[in-house]
Amino acid sequence: MRRSVVPVLTVVGFLLVFWYAAAVWLNAPWAYNKAQRAGETLSFSQVVADTWSQKKPKLPAPHQVVKEVWETTAQKAVTSKRSLIYHSGVTLSATLLGFVLGTGLGILLAVGIVYNRTMDMSVMPWVIASQTIPILAIAPMIIVVLNAVGISGLLPKAMISMYLSFFPVVVGMVKGLRSPEAMQLDQMRTWHASKGQTFWKLRLPSSMPYLFTSLKIAMAASLVGAIVGELPTGAVAGLGARLLAGSYYGQTVQIWSALVMAAVLAACLVGIIGVLQRVMLRRMGMG
Amino acid sequence: MPLENPGSAPAEPVISAQNLDLTFQTNDGPIHALKGVSLDIAKGDFVSFIGPSGCGKTTFLRVMADLEQPTGGTVTVNGMTPEEARQARAYGYVFQAAGLYPWRTIGGNIRLPLEIMGIPKAEQDERVARVLDLVELSGFEKKFPWQLSGGMQQRASIARALGFDADILLMDEPFGALDEIVRDHLNEQLLKLWDRTGKTIAFVTHSIPEAVYLSTKIVVMSPRPGRITDVIDSPLPRERPLDIRESPEFLEVAHRVREGLRAGHGDV
Ligand SMILES: Nc1ncnc2c1ncn2[C@@H]1O[C@H](COP(=O)(O)OP(=O)(O)OP(=O)(O)O)[C@@H](O)[C@H]1O
Ligand SMILES: [Mg+2]
Repeated sequence: MRRSVVPVLTVVGFLLVFWYAAAVWLNAPWAYNKAQRAGETLSFSQVVADTWSQKKPKLPAPHQVVKEVWETTAQKAVTSKRSLIYHSGVTLSATLLGFVLGTGLGILLAVGIVYNRTMDMSVMPWVIASQTIPILAIAPMIIVVLNAVGISGLLPKAMISMYLSFFPVVVGMVKGLRSPEAMQLDQMRTWHASKGQTFWKLRLPSSMPYLFTSLKIAMAASLVGAIVGELPTGAVAGLGARLLAGSYYGQTVQIWSALVMAAVLAACLVGIIGVLQRVMLRRMGMG
Repeated sequence: MPLENPGSAPAEPVISAQNLDLTFQTNDGPIHALKGVSLDIAKGDFVSFIGPSGCGKTTFLRVMADLEQPTGGTVTVNGMTPEEARQARAYGYVFQAAGLYPWRTIGGNIRLPLEIMGIPKAEQDERVARVLDLVELSGFEKKFPWQLSGGMQQRASIARALGFDADILLMDEPFGALDEIVRDHLNEQLLKLWDRTGKTIAFVTHSIPEAVYLSTKIVVMSPRPGRITDVIDSPLPRERPLDIRESPEFLEVAHRVREGLRAGHGDV
């Protein structure tokens, strides 16, 4: 833990410096433009000050984003439509539902692939093909189709999350369920174990390290899916809706604060799985 | 089943192989792993299989265990086909690696085959305690495999094969990965266990002293094609202290095994 603090802070420091410099570079034209129209000339420090405090900058400075995030989280009621916590909650619920559905689907498909020769030969190509279709192209269709049959709100977004998150789970679990060595499978055979017993007592426990690794990727993919699912519908709530509204009105600070929030959310979710992974695998003697 | 000579004569062999053939089809052509192998193992025998790498020792054991299908000849185990014997859980198989599940305690590992066989919980506990005692691991029931040394893990895997009380033990180089001192100790323990339980044991090894020390019957094999070149009935008594390995009888048997191995090499 300790040893990683210094490198992490160094990287963050470099990023901040780079970010502030980029803000000056990208926002300076607008600052000069304003000054020219007002017939003023600007000193360098005035330019810098202006580029870090514009209302609709091309690239907002970090402190502007932090201020916006602070104002829309800590200083707003959670129920307010302007609260980022509220919007995160909306996206989070779709993310989690999609994640659960995707994980379930992924595990079911993996079991089928491992135990059924026909599925082994036929399913995997479709699974891979499904991921080569750009999600932005298919998301509106999923939402329109589901709306047409009367399903709206949380579920269509969760479906898109599921679509993205089942894939890593299938791939990881197929590998995990096949991870027992030939010797361990022979051993089960000498005990005349049934297929079910071999699954529950050997294959499933052996697959746990693979499952957790997949779950981390699936969780991140699921969040992306939920945000993408909020874009094409003109949704009024959720981080995706904030992004869309922000870009409509050129509110770059709002866009960036939604992005930061999404990143924080992803980090927390993946972190929680990481902790579960560590606890569980240590308990199982595999950590 | 009618016994021809009730009483004195040895009963029907526990394991009987007649003219066994096994050819593996590989990309580099067929491999003759076993050719014309015939052998009878009587009840209570301790039979060692010794021979150079690739002579089919493991393959022979796996055929007895129904893990490999012979391409010719027949095997019976307890008078049944290997498949029936496996389904009747007639044997315990000890692999070269202990293969304990890291997520189960030592007790849990020994319990695993008992759970699979549907043995009631109370009896499981009793059996686990008994076999742990047999391999001198009492008190380690709640420990996890990584907390045990390699030799202790191997003893736990033997305990696991003993737990369901099969009267045949098939062991494929169970002590191959262990150092000499641990190995001596385990050999001694294994002999005691065999003596106490009266099990029939088939044991694969690379070590001449190990084979001679443990066995009532030593089967010498040679490769390409895998076959039996000599079967030696040991004149050593059942009671064998470790220092029997310096006795003239012991050295004589060892010499004959070595000759057998050399002869197998010579005619390649
Ligand atoms: N599944 C398999 N497919 C193809 N060839 C095999 C297979 N199993 C064993 N063989 C070949 O059969 C021959 C006998 O192998 P086996 O493992 O029985 O030898 P072994 O006497 O146990 O050798 P070692 O002392 O090295 O364990 C070898 O040439 C081996 O390469
Ligand atoms: Mg072998």
